[in-house]
Amino acid sequence: MRRKLMAKPFSWQDKAFFYTVRAAAGSSLVLVALIFAFLLARSLPALQQQGLGFVTGSVWDNSTTPPLFQIGSMLWGSILIAFLGIILAVPMSVAVSYFIVFLAGKRVKAIATTLIDLLAALPSIVIGLWGIAVFAPAGAEWSQLINKYLGWLPFFSSTTNNFLGTPFIAGWIVAVMIVPIISSVTREIFSQMDRELINAALALGGSKASTFLKVILPTASGGIVGGVLLGLGRALGETVAIFFVLNLSFDINWAGVLESRGGSIASMILSKFGEADPKTEIPALLAAGLVLFIVTLLVNSLAAVIVDRAQPWRKI
Amino acid sequence: MSAEMALQEQVGASSLRSEDVNVWFGERHVLGGVSLDFQPNQVTALIGPSGCGKSTYLRTLNRMHELIPGAGFAGKVLLDGKDIYGSDIDPVDVRLAIGMVFQKPNPFPTMTIAENVLAGLKLSGRRGYDANELVETSLRRASIWNEVKDRLKDPAISLSGGQQQRLCIARSLAMSPEVILMDEPCSALDPGSTRRIEETIVELSDSMTIVIVTHNMQQAQRVAHNTAFFLAEDGNPGQVVEYGRTEDVFNTPSDSRTNDYVNGHFG
Repeated sequence: MRRKLMAKPFSWQDKAFFYTVRAAAGSSLVLVALIFAFLLARSLPALQQQGLGFVTGSVWDNSTTPPLFQIGSMLWGSILIAFLGIILAVPMSVAVSYFIVFLAGKRVKAIATTLIDLLAALPSIVIGLWGIAVFAPAGAEWSQLINKYLGWLPFFSSTTNNFLGTPFIAGWIVAVMIVPIISSVTREIFSQMDRELINAALALGGSKASTFLKVILPTASGGIVGGVLLGLGRALGETVAIFFVLNLSFDINWAGVLESRGGSIASMILSKFGEADPKTEIPALLAAGLVLFIVTLLVNSLAAVIVDRAQPWRKI
Repeated sequence: MSAEMALQEQVGASSLRSEDVNVWFGERHVLGGVSLDFQPNQVTALIGPSGCGKSTYLRTLNRMHELIPGAGFAGKVLLDGKDIYGSDIDPVDVRLAIGMVFQKPNPFPTMTIAENVLAGLKLSGRRGYDANELVETSLRRASIWNEVKDRLKDPAISLSGGQQQRLCIARSLAMSPEVILMDEPCSALDPGSTRRIEETIVELSDSMTIVIVTHNMQQAQRVAHNTAFFLAEDGNPGQVVEYGRTEDVFNTPSDSRTNDYVNGHFG
């Protein structure tokens, strides 16, 4: 007779181990579910009151009756800044990883790796302080240059000539924060690459550059995309550092990265929470948190799918 | 196996010669004073026990050895009389003229079968070739065309190990090299695939110079016109103990160590 075979724990030690691990794994899922449920329950009144306008509109006004709470500009701002951060961080991360894995000598490799990992460990408040005190003035000068020569492009136009507090600067700050994440994933992918593939490319007359572009990058792309989406998750949720360098505005800024106004759900929550009206405004802020939660969840799920699809050859 | 030397005038093949090649890994001297002369249109087998430096030596012939950190080198490698280690020589050009097939089949996993054949042209930025024709002739020369002609757009790694290795040979042939170096190309393959690759090697020697490292002494006898026996004794750098026509090296070796090795007394 056919029966199902399973590797069940048998001895009591094995059982104890098995159920402990299972409980630990399960608890993380339960935690995520509970956070979601809490946010949903507490923000439901606000969501019902505001309707779809909550994510599409761009007014935040507590004085009207009923009050208007809309986070469209913040939601879009979060996405825009994260996107900018990714555009800036990916080339840096890939270059740094390539250097560390394929070019650097042992010593330099160790030092560079440590430094970049250290960057990941820096508290975001420190990066925010550095951002406002050191980077923002420099970034504003770059912006001025870009605006001067490329200002005819709609992205780089400026209506106020104030180059501080722009999505551009916030994007750089976010890039600095996600370079360690993307590069640690990319470094891992590069160092696990089959060296024989690289040797094959070189033996066929490939240069270092063509080997990188035509063999290393395509082979590693799936993993790199995974790292990028991991970084995107962090970029979307970044709060304090962006709060320091960005001029938050409910006037939606679609793509004017050099305009001194932008949005970020997380920073907006931070800026409003302290003085929010517990009856009306707090539920709206929790709802904003819920939206951020969902967007991040979507990005991470997308990451899983893309990483899977990007390497069809892995399955063969 | 005939060892006639009369085919030297044939197109495409070049002579390859090493003079007093010494190799180091960091401080370790692994190869000492290897001078070998590879005749055009001949297959030369490099045999010897593991660790004797034959694969390392092979990698000095197309400047792949220098990719290893700490690699050291002394001596000359002459391709048609020109030193490939000359200061004005781009290693990329050396590798375009001297192809290589590796021990483990290593087709590019992100590319299709056809793309793999053309990979070298893409990598080296060559233009002005007829892709379809080149794919077909290369795969034919590696005697794998009939097996893959209807699935050229399939991923290369959907092929069996033996087919992958023949694809790698085709990939190398597409660059029309003058010399092909093979580093134990059959050691990961089954006997059937091995036989087919050996037949391919014999056919290819009509048009090019081939150097093959092998652990399989029957293989050396089946495919090689000439054989060099490498040996590293008691921590000394590897050296060539004996070099000559394959039948002589195996049947009437002049050195007793060669005799012991080819008759299976060690290694």
